[in-house]
Amino acid sequence: MSVFKKLIASAAMATTMIASPAFAEDVRIALVVKALGIGFFEAAAEGAEEAAAELGNVEIIYTGPTDTTAEGQIEVINSLIAQNVDAIAVSANDTDALVPALKRAMDRGITVISWDSGVALEGRQLHLNPSSNALIGNMIIKLAADHLPDGGDVAVLSATTTSTNQNIWIEEMTAVMGDYPGINVVSTVYGDDLADKSYREATGLMQSFPDLDAIIAPTSVGIVAAAQAVVDAGKVGEVNVTGLGLPSEMAGAIESGASQSFAIWNPIDLGYSATMLAYELSQNGVEAAPGAEVPMGRMGALTLDDNNEGAMADPFVYDASNIEQFKSIF
Amino acid sequence: MTDATTNRHVPDRLHSRAHRTLRSWETLLLAVAIAIFIVNSFASPYFLNAWNLSDATFNFTEKAMIAFAMALLIIAGEIDLSVASIIALASTAMGLAVQYGAGTPELVIIGLTVGVLCGAFNAFFVTVLGLPSIVVTIGTMSLFRGISFIILGDDAFRGYPSSFAWFGQGYIYWVFTVEMLLFVIIAVIYGGLLHKTNFGRAVYAIGNNPTGALFSGIRVQRVKFILFLLTGLMSGVAAICLTSRLGSTRPSIATGMELEVVTMVVLGGVNILGGSGSIPGVVIAAFVMGLVTFGLGLLNVPGIVMSIFIGLLLIGVIALPRLLAMIVARTQS
Repeated sequence: MSVFKKLIASAAMATTMIASPAFAEDVRIALVVKALGIGFFEAAAEGAEEAAAELGNVEIIYTGPTDTTAEGQIEVINSLIAQNVDAIAVSANDTDALVPALKRAMDRGITVISWDSGVALEGRQLHLNPSSNALIGNMIIKLAADHLPDGGDVAVLSATTTSTNQNIWIEEMTAVMGDYPGINVVSTVYGDDLADKSYREATGLMQSFPDLDAIIAPTSVGIVAAAQAVVDAGKVGEVNVTGLGLPSEMAGAIESGASQSFAIWNPIDLGYSATMLAYELSQNGVEAAPGAEVPMGRMGALTLDDNNEGAMADPFVYDASNIEQFKSIF
Repeated sequence: MTDATTNRHVPDRLHSRAHRTLRSWETLLLAVAIAIFIVNSFASPYFLNAWNLSDATFNFTEKAMIAFAMALLIIAGEIDLSVASIIALASTAMGLAVQYGAGTPELVIIGLTVGVLCGAFNAFFVTVLGLPSIVVTIGTMSLFRGISFIILGDDAFRGYPSSFAWFGQGYIYWVFTVEMLLFVIIAVIYGGLLHKTNFGRAVYAIGNNPTGALFSGIRVQRVKFILFLLTGLMSGVAAICLTSRLGSTRPSIATGMELEVVTMVVLGGVNILGGSGSIPGVVIAAFVMGLVTFGLGLLNVPGIVMSIFIGLLLIGVIALPRLLAMIVARTQS
């Protein structure tokens, strides 16, 4: 993008706007990310553009600071307030630090929502979570079960014994085990989110349970290490590694067959949904309140809980069919 | 009785005061600032708005507070690259104190004390052990922020008392913020200190020729020690303002600010090798940087492109006078 061109274009735009006060404008929705130049957020911006194209009269302002600092985001938000944009959808670097700036935005009639990484309740109208603990818990066992039609033994390779997220997901997984008859969780081990320890634990699992069919690792470090352990043990095709991982890190495991599929949020859907939600609140008068259902285009509707938060969807499944597309994104 | 020789006018300076002012760095910078202001007013319809401009001052007030102390330090031939990390450590200390129920006055004292202590730590290695300041402060840059990371990890301190928000979010009158007032007060104090006191003369003398300054009876190491303390103190003040404005502390707070502070100082006409520079120059440089970032922000220019602009501005403003001088010299010869 040429800055010079942009400067001239903006100057020209300014002149037109002064010339014609009743200038019919596009709806301007700002997608504020933690920092520019991160593949995940570039993909989210792609999703936002998709939503804008679908809506027709929307202009997306994709912006963010250079470093992942709260003060950098505040500068960006201040300039968006100054431009009087219609809506701000932010993935926050700090839950609390953005609240004063975002409150000021709301005071001036700007719709504010957070997505991915949330802002405290008083600083936004709603928060879009990529998924929910229950959906993740269900997804990780489903991923294993889908490839075991006749049932089988699976083991869990988690992060640390005190990792809040992983513990909740495993708990949620245990709660829905009844839906997957024939699947037995034979053991849960902890790799402490260290590559070497996770690798040793995965190797240990295959030695202790020679009939093991799948390893579920709900951690991006563990899943890569487990896939490597399976390859090194020559058990590709016997033990399927699945769980939560990043496409860029898991591309090799999908290729080698050590992992049939794994899941994580889809940033394109996330950016798309955030834009749709911001548009609904800002243009269609939808009220964000506990229990409300806010439509978000092809992603269905977001149901808000008591904190005005909602979960977008099941984690997105990545396998041999789409890994090529996503491995360069994040 | 008079004759021709006594009537001859002997000027006490080569150029008149007006002539010197016109050709000074500060004037050039001021012209740049005005040009940027005018360009911005045309480039964005949102620029000329008192509240927007008021919001924009936050872009530079905290950095400028440190820049004033840094200007003195650089004029004296030293540098402190740990200032942003001092902010992180001071902010972390304040956050920790909040967890034990500290009120606003205690927080201010803690913020300033940590700042001064960090400054003293740097000063000890530079003035007592005689190590180069750039090496020492690159070390403490990692050290101070490292301590914050150890204390905070991935967590954040919050729950600052509401009265503490006054420093970073308060308004004195209409659009004039508390930070602006602090900016003006600190600018006046440092301007006075550098340009009107013996201490200020000593700072210039040390920067121009430390050995000469020593033989003239200036306590070189003591002056430098004080300058490091002042830079630490100002980092403490900036930490209070920034923490108050954010209402929370993360170890990543103020990342990269040291370079922006040094850029501001150099843009303000301070010789990076020491010996010359002025506080009014730094004040104008602060405005230039604030106006450029805000103006580009209004056009939604990405931050990385903004850094390129600031870099070009810095090189341009520094290279231009020298380039002109070369052209003048060539045409005259």
